[in-house]
Amino acid sequence: MIEIKVNGKDYSLEEKPGEMLADLLRYRLGLTGTKIGCGEAECGACTVLLDDSPVLSCSYPAVKASGHAVLTIEGLAEKSPKPVHEEGQLHPLQEAFITKGAVQCGFCIPGQIMTSYGLLLANPDPSQEDIKAALKDTLCRCAGYSAISEAVTEAGAVMRSEGQITPREVPDSVHARRVVGRTAHRPEAFSKVTGEAKFSDDLQFEGLLVGRTKRTYVPHAIVKNIDVTKAEKLSGVRAVLTAADLKHAKNHGLVVNDWPILVGVGERVRYVGDAVAIIAADTGEIATAALKLIEVTYDEQPVIDDPVKAREPEAVQLHETGNLLKHIKVRKGDVVAGFADSDVVVEHSYHTAMTDHAFIEPECSIARVNEDGRMEVYVGSQIPYSDRKQVADALGWPEERVRVIGMLIGGGFGGKEDIMGQIHAALLAERTQRPVKVLYDRHESLLVHPKRHATQIHVKVGAKKDGRLVSVETELYGDTGAYASLGEKVLTRATTHSIGPYESDHAKADCYAMYTNNPPAGAFRGFGVTQSAFAIESTMDMLAEKLGMDPIELRKMNALRVGSVTSTGQVLHESVGLLECIDKVESELRKRVEGNPFDPRVSDENPDKIRAWGFSTAFKNTGLGGGAPDEAGADVELYADGTVQVRTSSAELGQGLCTVLRLIVAEELELPAEKVDVLLSDTDLTPDGGPTTASRQTYVSGNAGLHAAKAFKQAVRGVLAEKYDCTPDQIEISSGQVFICGRGMSFAEVYQEFKSIHREPKVRYVYQAPVTKPLGQGGDMHFAFSFAAQAAEVEVDRNTGEVKVLTIIAANDVGTAINPLGLAVQVEGGAVMGLGNALTEAFLTKEGRVITDRLARYRIPSITHSPEIVSFIVEHPVATGPFGAKGVGEIVSIPTTPAITNAIYNATGYRVDRLPVDQELIARHIHQDKFVGK
Amino acid sequence: MPTWKYYLLPTSLPQAFQYIQSHGPSCLIVSGGTDLLLEIQQEHRAPVDALIDVTRIPELNAIEVRDERLFIGAAVPLNQVSGSLLVQQHGQALAESTGQIGGPQVRAVGTLGGNVGHALPAGDGAISLLALDAWAEVASAAGSRRIALAQLYKGPGVSALEAGKEIIVGFDIPLQQVGQGSAFSRVMRPQGVALPIINMAAWLEVRDDHITEARLAVGPAGPVPKRAGDIETFIQGKTLNDALLTEAKQVLHTCVQFRSSPLRATSGYRDHLAEVLLKRVLSTSWHRALQSNRGRRQE
Repeated sequence: MIEIKVNGKDYSLEEKPGEMLADLLRYRLGLTGTKIGCGEAECGACTVLLDDSPVLSCSYPAVKASGHAVLTIEGLAEKSPKPVHEEGQLHPLQEAFITKGAVQCGFCIPGQIMTSYGLLLANPDPSQEDIKAALKDTLCRCAGYSAISEAVTEAGAVMRSEGQITPREVPDSVHARRVVGRTAHRPEAFSKVTGEAKFSDDLQFEGLLVGRTKRTYVPHAIVKNIDVTKAEKLSGVRAVLTAADLKHAKNHGLVVNDWPILVGVGERVRYVGDAVAIIAADTGEIATAALKLIEVTYDEQPVIDDPVKAREPEAVQLHETGNLLKHIKVRKGDVVAGFADSDVVVEHSYHTAMTDHAFIEPECSIARVNEDGRMEVYVGSQIPYSDRKQVADALGWPEERVRVIGMLIGGGFGGKEDIMGQIHAALLAERTQRPVKVLYDRHESLLVHPKRHATQIHVKVGAKKDGRLVSVETELYGDTGAYASLGEKVLTRATTHSIGPYESDHAKADCYAMYTNNPPAGAFRGFGVTQSAFAIESTMDMLAEKLGMDPIELRKMNALRVGSVTSTGQVLHESVGLLECIDKVESELRKRVEGNPFDPRVSDENPDKIRAWGFSTAFKNTGLGGGAPDEAGADVELYADGTVQVRTSSAELGQGLCTVLRLIVAEELELPAEKVDVLLSDTDLTPDGGPTTASRQTYVSGNAGLHAAKAFKQAVRGVLAEKYDCTPDQIEISSGQVFICGRGMSFAEVYQEFKSIHREPKVRYVYQAPVTKPLGQGGDMHFAFSFAAQAAEVEVDRNTGEVKVLTIIAANDVGTAINPLGLAVQVEGGAVMGLGNALTEAFLTKEGRVITDRLARYRIPSITHSPEIVSFIVEHPVATGPFGAKGVGEIVSIPTTPAITNAIYNATGYRVDRLPVDQELIARHIHQDKFVGK
Repeated sequence: MPTWKYYLLPTSLPQAFQYIQSHGPSCLIVSGGTDLLLEIQQEHRAPVDALIDVTRIPELNAIEVRDERLFIGAAVPLNQVSGSLLVQQHGQALAESTGQIGGPQVRAVGTLGGNVGHALPAGDGAISLLALDAWAEVASAAGSRRIALAQLYKGPGVSALEAGKEIIVGFDIPLQQVGQGSAFSRVMRPQGVALPIINMAAWLEVRDDHITEARLAVGPAGPVPKRAGDIETFIQGKTLNDALLTEAKQVLHTCVQFRSSPLRATSGYRDHLAEVLLKRVLSTSWHRALQSNRGRRQE
């Protein structure tokens, strides 16, 4: 027996073979606040306190906790010295996490809070270094590390009765209004810090089966035979499906339907994560055992593991359409003439690694056929309506018979746009008529979902002696892997942004998006621009050096500004805050550094450490662009209690959409923010907001919410004007009330007025963003761009080549900062993710087989990597944006990598042209003589 | 198949051996389990009938001075090893290395016995124990024996313990005397598995500005953690200064050979880092030894 005290309550439970403490807490006691992020003791999400000591419950045998006291997130509030929050009892740590903005997607938060609580019990007054040491292995992919650190410090003070939790100092927007542009806390933050927040795997259903997927583990082959008879006979197995069971759609895909739901006999396996069979069984152990009983034979084929190889004429063609997904071209002026006219020409080639989103919540889908014979799919998805269509197509059902119920998303970053387990879960639920959960473990997640594209980029720039760019030419090879996913779109963005945020009369870019036998590549924060920015910004520094020019001056001279024409022929009419971003970063830099910040300096504390700054800029489109219709629907509905709900299917994946929509609608309706509730991501209850991608939701869904609120006001005016026999313009809405010829009425009364004439107090608005032009046609390819500049200070150990980023100064032009607190942590998180892209992350394959198939082999930045981040918000509003706002999700991350690599060059003379940075190559460069021949 | 059927927590050595006997070959001895359980889960090892967890056995949980040596129980969690004042006093290299293994949650559960028993060629705990001249106490149903730490290893991931029969009870190191000092250092890379590219520990005894005795351990310089005996001999009787360090680096290359590991480090880089670490650990141990000579409290 396991005798265990959990959150002060005694339990006596049967022992179960192989059971870990996290399983016991989550699945036996229903304490789902404790999360499982990796199952391999790497991420810290599962941290609970065992006799006051933080342990990783995902790998701590449950029986070993017998006789001990366990504290989980659900029990923390009771430890609070005082009641502190209006929504309910919170511990000071929980309150501080909300107040400081440390909560983003929320999945890691219970682990962060419990690890921090363990620290404060042992060390009531921790230093910054103590906090970093304690939280070293509790990972936050949204990377709210600065906010977390601040929260822990202040909570500690409160626990020592030496202080209180103060709001984080974040300036209001320069365009601040009543609520828009002023700091607000997330509506869902309370549930995220208490563990009440539900992610897909936290749901429990009667009779739930476990679904598992048989992966090929061969990168390229033809399936010769699949034998499932042994698996079917295993007791507890409820269904085994193969491609032969697919009666309707055979493939899925976001743009191109080229990704097999299951690969059948005689069909081509294109990567190691391809699925050949799916199983539903009573337990996970039975499902796993059954997977091993499925016998598949393959006729293995030569592996194409490189996009350049894929383009060779004799290469095997992986798809009927060939290996070329798309040749993307940008043409402006005449680059040959441009180079002839240049005084200086610089060219260089770069390689970027495939990288993984490593969201801490692995993919999970639960499907069930409900009482009405409809399919419900519970999933944290970035595109619920796309999931609905793809699931319906696979079932051969009308879309309306499928309901996708979006759960909270424990980080997405572009990695939860494609179908993962949704279709498999639905097929198994249909077959078994029981609810089925398809939860990936970290290994499967790493193996299967699309990555950031590995690229090879050649850049050639020509300039006049004074630094003016004349001609820029780039050639990109993008490895889009086995399936298209969003590869064409991503690499189009990479290509159109490959000239950088600069004006050049002559520009030419060619990109070859190639299929290979590597895992598919798709959307990942930055959407291709992360890669091309690294290439062009490195080259700009090389050009500055060759010209003997200050790198900031060079960028200022060529920066896009109002009136500039981009490489795709778009004239920028407004909202180009790049120069101001550069100025903001530059003045902070000059303030901090005497002399040239780009010169190497020996550290005062340690003569073996060399420091230098590096600089970079970036731009990134907001919205889909390129001629794609870009629209979002939103409902606004008034309730009897006078509160308003705004609804759209768009996704909250940590970026703060809930708060943004709440503020926009509250602003327009003149309501306090708390009076506006937000419901997202349910295809029955919320209109289609389109994909949560391309930094588009603040702008597109924000506009939908704004216009729905405007339309609702019109409806109110119409209804009341008729009833009270006045003109609609005699009806005023202000200060949370409606005034009819001066007589005030509450929103609750307005609700009654609607009901009394049998009208529903709700409106729907479908917002259509300004029309854009496809690439190649000139004109407006995008309706808005965001801009940024960053400077990074690095410290390089000249003995070992180790690199540490000390400081990042960032300025981002976001149009209008709708929620300055949310933006502040998004800026910091973006910079840390960019730091990971530069220094820690490489998703490695060898001949199509995945080497980094565990989180232990794929490292993402931890709090110990988190530098000091100084952020400036630049606000050049977009006329069509909601209150002037444009996208911000991606731009915050893009300039970080080249700012760091340029700093490394400035410190050491070593030009990083292959990501991630290899410290050995830096050491070799510094100690060239000694490395010869070794 | 589940990772284990029975997870047993004996509270004495005899009980542990009784469990071992009754479960026969399909049992494994586990301590903190931070590596072993994952290895089974990830199918690098077969599932077992029984896991015999030794962390509740009192003998394995002691840190105390016995017979002029410091005994550190094999099942003491790493964070208690690194936080122990006795360990900080008598084996700074060990305190430093155990403070760097894994993260805080892992150190709260993982043990020194597990780190050594796992037998990695560059186990941080093992490298520092080697430099501290540690001996292991190993128990079996028949009794217990002492074995020099270096003898505990057979190959990468393979210890010389009789699998499923022997249990490491603990390690003992000589008490640190005036004029002695030790240090540990390592270099990691930010990508990939969180194991050191190279690690090194030194122990020095200094009298009248001369090294009277030295021990140096280097990993991963072969299939098992090993001492660099030539260096130890070379620096003995000498004063640590830049000139000696320069010469010592040359000696190091003759006695320690590194191999290249793809994606982690070339042998050339390891050779280079070995020089860097040699300087670090020798200088730090030297200064610590001098400080203790002056009767100051160890840092």
